[in-house]
Amino acid sequence: MSFLRIKKGGLLSTIQDLGRPGYRKYGVNPGGVMDRRSARIANDLAGNEETAALLEMHFPAAEIEFVDDRIFALGGAELGASLDGAAIANWRCHLARPGSILRFEGKVLGERVYLAVNGGFRADEWLGSRSTNLAGGIGGCGGRSLQSGDVLDLLEPTLPTSAVQQHEIASNVLIPHYSRFPTLRVIEGPEHSWLNAAGKTALEEQAFTVSHASDRMGFRLEGDPIGIEQLIQMVSSAVTYGTVQLLPDGQLVILMADHQTAGGYPRIAQIIDHDLPVAAQLGGGSKLCFHFVSISEAEALRQKIESDLLLFRIGCKLRRYGQ
Amino acid sequence: MLDLPIRYFPLGDAALTVEFGNSISRVMNQQAISLSQAIERAGFPWLIESAPAYASTTVFYDPAIVKLQFPKAETAFEAVRSLISGIVQSLGESDLPPDTDRIEIPVDFGPDAALDLQLIAETAGLGTLDAIDVFTSCEYRVYMLGFLPGFAYMGEVDERIATPRRSSPRTSVPKGSVGIAGRQTGIYPLRSPGGWQIIGRTNVELFTPFGTELTLLRPGSLVRFVAK
Repeated sequence: MSFLRIKKGGLLSTIQDLGRPGYRKYGVNPGGVMDRRSARIANDLAGNEETAALLEMHFPAAEIEFVDDRIFALGGAELGASLDGAAIANWRCHLARPGSILRFEGKVLGERVYLAVNGGFRADEWLGSRSTNLAGGIGGCGGRSLQSGDVLDLLEPTLPTSAVQQHEIASNVLIPHYSRFPTLRVIEGPEHSWLNAAGKTALEEQAFTVSHASDRMGFRLEGDPIGIEQLIQMVSSAVTYGTVQLLPDGQLVILMADHQTAGGYPRIAQIIDHDLPVAAQLGGGSKLCFHFVSISEAEALRQKIESDLLLFRIGCKLRRYGQ
Repeated sequence: MLDLPIRYFPLGDAALTVEFGNSISRVMNQQAISLSQAIERAGFPWLIESAPAYASTTVFYDPAIVKLQFPKAETAFEAVRSLISGIVQSLGESDLPPDTDRIEIPVDFGPDAALDLQLIAETAGLGTLDAIDVFTSCEYRVYMLGFLPGFAYMGEVDERIATPRRSSPRTSVPKGSVGIAGRQTGIYPLRSPGGWQIIGRTNVELFTPFGTELTLLRPGSLVRFVAK
């Protein structure tokens, strides 16, 4: 059985996949990767199913040693990846040799990079998912982030090393358009009507700054306070990835992948699925604006990107059968 | 109170919430639980999961499958709303299941475990033993699970000891801590940051990740705390 050797653990490197839906009613959050689209593309490129476990890393990222010939792909943030000292690009696959070292030299754009290795990680599975649940200390690599000296078991490779010659590259249509100052499209949240006129204007017309107190659970935003018409107490109700809540001090928080399953703060907006990958790559100090769209626009954007992803996935598979 | 119109709204582009109201009510909570169970029984191909809260149920769906099944629907949301509102209307009084399991939870109210008992008692103008008596003298209903795996929101705490959350949450609350937040009570299944006032601690396991039942408590369970 093969493995990867973790020479340095990095700041917050965790094994993730597309999460464990189905258990919210027990208070278990679905979790999983922050930037789902990048993770799916990376797995497609590496010749895996999109549900395969991969590594999500922040900067400083892990330093990783390969022990066998292994095709891998990177997606998500641009963190200056290098293989044996030579710079390598995201959004395509590469071949590591026994002893190859993968490093990340510096943050260029985005916060989270995904490493998918062909075959995938043999990590701890819980409730149908290998993603790391940090709160519960379960899944992935012992329910925790990687530490220097960890050894991560890999499943058998499914591609011959020659498959790397195929040069699959994800197109710009698929790749999320990362930015340090994006406009995120939202639909109105259930309590949006509680805002007063000035509050609605403040929500739509100002630029918010992502606080440094932001993590996989949520991003706090800093901006002019947003006012509500009258203070209504709310009983806890469902929240999900991308829910924008209004805190009592008038500031906002965006719930991210490790969000709680329910919350008691007004849900004034919800980031649409299509734009969550862009949100997921924001870090402390980034700015953002909100732009309201209708549910039908949100659904149409989702449908379009899903059909593009499907074509890409089929394309990846066909090229491999064609060898 | 029950005559409030039932609201249906999108929670993003892949979830729909049915809201029966906005208060802690046994009847509305039972409606939410019954609806969630009925949705799961219906076997919709697009259903990802359904989760009840205090007075609402949220349905998570795959819009691509909804659109395949209902290509003429204006939006996947509208198609799901139409199906779910049909189920809501068919939920009669007879569908309200009786409150199910009754569970006793032994609690250590000693000074090492009951981190905020002194403050809870002082706020109530009671002695600590009287505060414990007030707390243990009634039965609590589990309204929902959330916050942490297996964390049950229970109510309603007697008004005399209904202490507000700490203004500054603790960075680490020990596993098994029994907390009060206003008229709610709950037990931390895991060590976690938290702002509830801690009245005691139990060594009962509330969350068994690899057990046949993930959680000891479920919505609708009735709980009594006993001093040990």
